[in-house]
Amino acid sequence: MSELVATLSDHDFFRGMSEDHLAKLAGVATEIEVDGDKVLFGEGGTADAAYAIVSGSIALELSVATRQLIVQTLHGGEMLGWSWLYPPYRWSFSAVANEPVHLIRFEAEQLRDMFDNDCALGYEVMKRFAGVITSRLAATRLQLVDFYGNAN
Amino acid sequence: METLTEPAVIDQMTPIPFRVRGVREELPHTFTLELEPPDGSFAFLPGQFTMVYAFGIGEVPISISSSTSKPGTILQTIRRTGAVTHALGRLKSGDYVGIRGPFGTPWPLDTARGGDLLIIGGGIGLAPLRPAIYHAIENRADYERVVVLYGTRTPDDILFEKELAAWGERTDVTTMITVDAADRGWHGSVGVVTRLIGRVGFDPANTTVLVCGPEIMMTVTARRLIEGSSVEPENIYVTMERNMKCAIGVCGHCQFGEKFICTDGAVFPYPEVGHLFDIKGV
Repeated sequence: MSELVATLSDHDFFRGMSEDHLAKLAGVATEIEVDGDKVLFGEGGTADAAYAIVSGSIALELSVATRQLIVQTLHGGEMLGWSWLYPPYRWSFSAVANEPVHLIRFEAEQLRDMFDNDCALGYEVMKRFAGVITSRLAATRLQLVDFYGNAN
Repeated sequence: METLTEPAVIDQMTPIPFRVRGVREELPHTFTLELEPPDGSFAFLPGQFTMVYAFGIGEVPISISSSTSKPGTILQTIRRTGAVTHALGRLKSGDYVGIRGPFGTPWPLDTARGGDLLIIGGGIGLAPLRPAIYHAIENRADYERVVVLYGTRTPDDILFEKELAAWGERTDVTTMITVDAADRGWHGSVGVVTRLIGRVGFDPANTTVLVCGPEIMMTVTARRLIEGSSVEPENIYVTMERNMKCAIGVCGHCQFGEKFICTDGAVFPYPEVGHLFDIKGV
């Protein structure tokens, strides 16, 4: 098992996947380190990669008038970005490192090709992404209500 | 090890005048009254509340937010929401309020001994939890892991910010804060408080959870703990707020299903009230 496959197998998103699938994913992946306060990608830019956060935290920002509003932070064990999954492949948010971050970067075009050719792998990853998207949608809905409003 | 014993309420219906020693603005709509008991001491348990009377205006139930180990002064943290709380917010040092109590059930800090203690607050819901946090820190050897998770709207809405920062500096307490939204420059978490649960270590089989916040926050938090972390429902405790009048289980103003919040609660095991959260109008 390569070091990258081992790192993937320890990551919450990939935990339990077969070594064969992890090896294929590792084939289109590289480990990267990002310094704190660095912009990893910008809102509206080409979504050319998926990222697995190994450690550290990333802020997702949205431009609102003259402000950069942080709408969510993501942490070690979570996935960053799914705009690479569907056209027009543009980031909906900017991603800024809150601190030094260790990530695994997957090349989006190669991932899509891989999933088209290996539907079992594609389905496995899509199921996991569906879980992530569902959970973040639920969390976003709670942020829309007055979640902390009336207690005393 | 501090033993928690039920304090006696001398007179349940007559407000006792407490001198206002100070008024501290915590947030734009939230303040803390620092009150001096007439006989120099006021015994209570973490999680209990008093009826606070603004003379000539009315009474409101307010949780005590100070430490039980400092009974010479009690702190009551209040949000301005109506006539009584606005009147209380206009008080100055040297003024008086009427106090009845303490009333209600306490946080189960005795039965939590020997296990992990997970304390989760939302918004001003941190105030009723603060005596429990003080107790856990002052009796740190009684508990395994002590974790404080706090969520609020924005960084400007963080209650007891300096104390949260101080708890965050401690190596024997895990403290995490999250907000719903923030401007660039905020380096903490953004997202609902339930998202913090998966990031902290605790033993689900041996954890007592204390939760205080709006009902939706407590419901979502309890479900996340039960379904996502396998915490037993009976080990989750929530505190309820309702309009109260007598505070001694007579008038029925605070009836919640088959419970009276004032005497059966305000701290409840989640299974006793959780099923009522989803019923409109209860």
